[in-house]
Amino acid sequence: MAETRFMTINMGPQHPATHGVLRLVLELDGEVVVNVTPHLGHLHRGVEKLAESKTYHQVIPLTDRLDYTNAMGNNLAYVLAVEKLLGIEVPRRAQYLRVMMTELQRIAAHLIWLGTHALDIGAMTLLLYNFREREEILNIFEAVAGGRLTPTYLRIGGVSKDLPEGIEGKIREFVQAFPGHLKEYETLLTENVIWLKRTKGVGFISKEDAINWGVTGPTLRGSGVKWDVRKAFPYSSYDEFDFDIPIGLNGDVYDRYLVRLRELEWSNSIARQALERLPKGPIIAGDPKVALPEKEMVLQDIASLIRHFKIVSEGFQAPVGEVYASVEASKGELGFYIVSDGSNHPFRMRIRPPSFLNLGALHKMIVGGLIADVISAIGSIDIVLGEIDR
Amino acid sequence: MIVRLQEKFPASVLEVATFREEVTVTVPKEDIFEICKFLCSDPDLRFEFLTDLCGVDFFPRTPRFEVVYLLYSMKNNQRLRLKTRVGENESVSSVESIWKAANWLEREAYDLFGISFANHPDLRRILLWDGYEGHPLRKDFPVEGPDFDKPFNPEA
Amino acid sequence: MGIETYAGKTPLMPYLDKIVNWGRKYSIWPVTFGLACCALEMMAAAASRWDISRFGSEVFRPSPRQSDLMIVAGTLTKKMAPMVKRIYDQMPEPKWVIAFGACACSGGIFKTYNVVQGVDQILPVDIYVPGCPPRPDALLAALVELQKKIDKESLLDRKDVRSSLDLEK
Repeated sequence: MAETRFMTINMGPQHPATHGVLRLVLELDGEVVVNVTPHLGHLHRGVEKLAESKTYHQVIPLTDRLDYTNAMGNNLAYVLAVEKLLGIEVPRRAQYLRVMMTELQRIAAHLIWLGTHALDIGAMTLLLYNFREREEILNIFEAVAGGRLTPTYLRIGGVSKDLPEGIEGKIREFVQAFPGHLKEYETLLTENVIWLKRTKGVGFISKEDAINWGVTGPTLRGSGVKWDVRKAFPYSSYDEFDFDIPIGLNGDVYDRYLVRLRELEWSNSIARQALERLPKGPIIAGDPKVALPEKEMVLQDIASLIRHFKIVSEGFQAPVGEVYASVEASKGELGFYIVSDGSNHPFRMRIRPPSFLNLGALHKMIVGGLIADVISAIGSIDIVLGEIDR
Repeated sequence: MIVRLQEKFPASVLEVATFREEVTVTVPKEDIFEICKFLCSDPDLRFEFLTDLCGVDFFPRTPRFEVVYLLYSMKNNQRLRLKTRVGENESVSSVESIWKAANWLEREAYDLFGISFANHPDLRRILLWDGYEGHPLRKDFPVEGPDFDKPFNPEA
Repeated sequence: MGIETYAGKTPLMPYLDKIVNWGRKYSIWPVTFGLACCALEMMAAAASRWDISRFGSEVFRPSPRQSDLMIVAGTLTKKMAPMVKRIYDQMPEPKWVIAFGACACSGGIFKTYNVVQGVDQILPVDIYVPGCPPRPDALLAALVELQKKIDKESLLDRKDVRSSLDLEK
C-alpha cells in the first residue's frame, strides 16, 4: 500500500519575504499548510544580558537596535521605565518633542511595513514610493538628532538636543504633504482586485484567540479589539492630543492593512498637533544627578565638568525596586521591566517584545490555508527579527 | 482586588508590595496555577491578558530564581504583577493552558535560565540552538560566553 | 585549463583581462543577505534616492547561485553562521564579500555569547564598511572601491586568490 506523508519545506533564514532571519518549517499537504514550526534565535544578540553590565545611560543606544524600524519608540519605552523608577518629572517641551518624534517614527515604520508587504505580494512600485517618503523623515531625524536609523535622541529626563533652526518649516512641509501621498497609496491598493483577492479572508484570527495569545498592536486591533496603550495608560502627555483608534471588523490581512493606513493618518495628525502647540521651556529635567549639563557650560565651568564626568563614567544610583513601563510601538505594546538593586546598572532588564507574541499566534493564522497565504500573513503581522530575538 | 485574592487564598499570599503605583504579589509556587486560573476566570477581575512572563536570577540567594507574571485586565484597565520563587532544579507548573501566550514565553525562560515548567506541551530551547550548553542569563554565565578566546568554528 | 593558460603566454593577456574585468565590475549582482538593522540602509541604497542600479547592481538576486556579491549587512550570530557559510559556498566564482556595518566588520557593540566578532572569522572579506549603520552612500562608495579592486585583478591569479586562504581550519 502506498503511504502518504506530508511534505516538509524549509522556508529558510535567508529568504526575501521573511523580513529578516526567520526560519519556518512548513508541513504541507499539497498546497495546504498542515503545520508550521518557526525557528527563532538567528539574531539573538544577548541585549538583556549586555544591559546588566552597563550603566543606565549606556543602555539607551542598545535599545535603538532592538526594533530598528522604530528606534525612537524603543528609546521612549526604556527612558519612561527609568524615569518611573527614579520618580523624576519630564518638562512639557520635552514631552511634546518626544510625541512628535515618536509619531514621525511610527509613520516611517509603517511605511517600511507597507512597502515590504506590498513587495511580497507583488506590488513593487509601492516600495519605491514609501522609501521616498521615508527619506524625508530620515532627513528630519538626521537634522534633529544626528542619526538616520538609530538616532538615540532621548535621554533620561528629556531629550538630548533642542530643535535646530529652520527644522520646523521642514516638518510642517512634510505633515502637510503627507495626506496627499497617502491618497496615492490608497488609490494603488485599497480597491485593487488582485490585492483584495490576496488579502481578504486570509490569515484570520478571532478576538478571543488574539487576546489569549497575547497579541497587541494593529494585529489585535484588526480583530476588533479597541485597545491602545496610548489611551489605556497615557504616557508623555498623550492625553492632551486628539486622536482616535482605528479597528477592523474581521480579523484578516485586509483589515490589518486598513488599520495601519488609518494609523498613518492619525500619526500625521498627532505630529501636526504637537508641532503647532509646542510649548517653550527646558528640554531636560533639572535633576543634577541624572541630566547632563550643557556643553558650553562644561567647557567653561569646573562644577559642570565634574558633574558631566560623574554622570558619564559612573552613572547614578537608582533606588531599589522594580518597574514596568510600556509604550505603543508600531508593532504593539513594547514594555521594559527593570529590576534595580540600588547600584548604577540595571539588575535585570526585561524587554517585552510585541512581535514575539504576535508571531506566536502565526500558527493560528495560517494552518489550513494555502502556502501563498503564509507570505501575506507574515507581512501583515509585521515582524522585526531584531525585536523577537533581542 | 488584592482583598478578593486574599479572601479566596488566605494561606498563599506571601507578600504584597506597592512601588510607584504598581502592585506586586508574591505567592508560593505550588499554588500558582490555581491562583492564575482564578484571576483569569473570575467575572469581576477578568485578568485575561498575559502581558509578560519572565525569570530573574538572584544568584547567591536560595531559592535562586523568581518567575514574574505580569497580568492585565482589559475590563478594569488594571495591571497586576505575580511573583513566585523557584529553586535551581525545581519546576513550576505551566500556565499555558490558561493563556496560550505563555507557550513561547515559558520556552524562553527555560532557554535562558533553565527553569523547567511542568505540563508544558513542548519545552525546548527557542532562541539558542538545541545542543547549546549553559543558560546564558544566569548570573554566573559570562557576557562574552565561555569560549570567547577560542577561534570560532561554524559546525553546530 | 582555460583560455588563460594559452593566452597568458601571448601579449594579448592584458587586453583580455581588461575586457573581462570591465564586464565583471559593471554588473555586480548582490544576493539579498540583510540580517539586521543595516539591511534597512541596504534597502535604502537600492531605493530611488541612492539608486544602486546605476552602478550595475540592478537586481538583488534571492538565490546565491545567480549572484556574485554578498553584502553581509547586520550582526552575525553563532546560530546563523553555518548558514552564511553554506550560502557563500553556493555562490559560483568569481565572488566578493562586503562586510557592511560595524557588526559585520568586528562584532559591533555586541560582545556577547552568541555574536561572532566579525564575519571575517568565517569568510574572506574584500571591503569593510564601518558605521552603525553606515549611510547608503557609504555602500555606494564601497561598491566603487570594489570596482577599482576588480579592475586590478587578472584572470591568471583568480584560482590562487581563493584557494590560498585556508578556510577549513
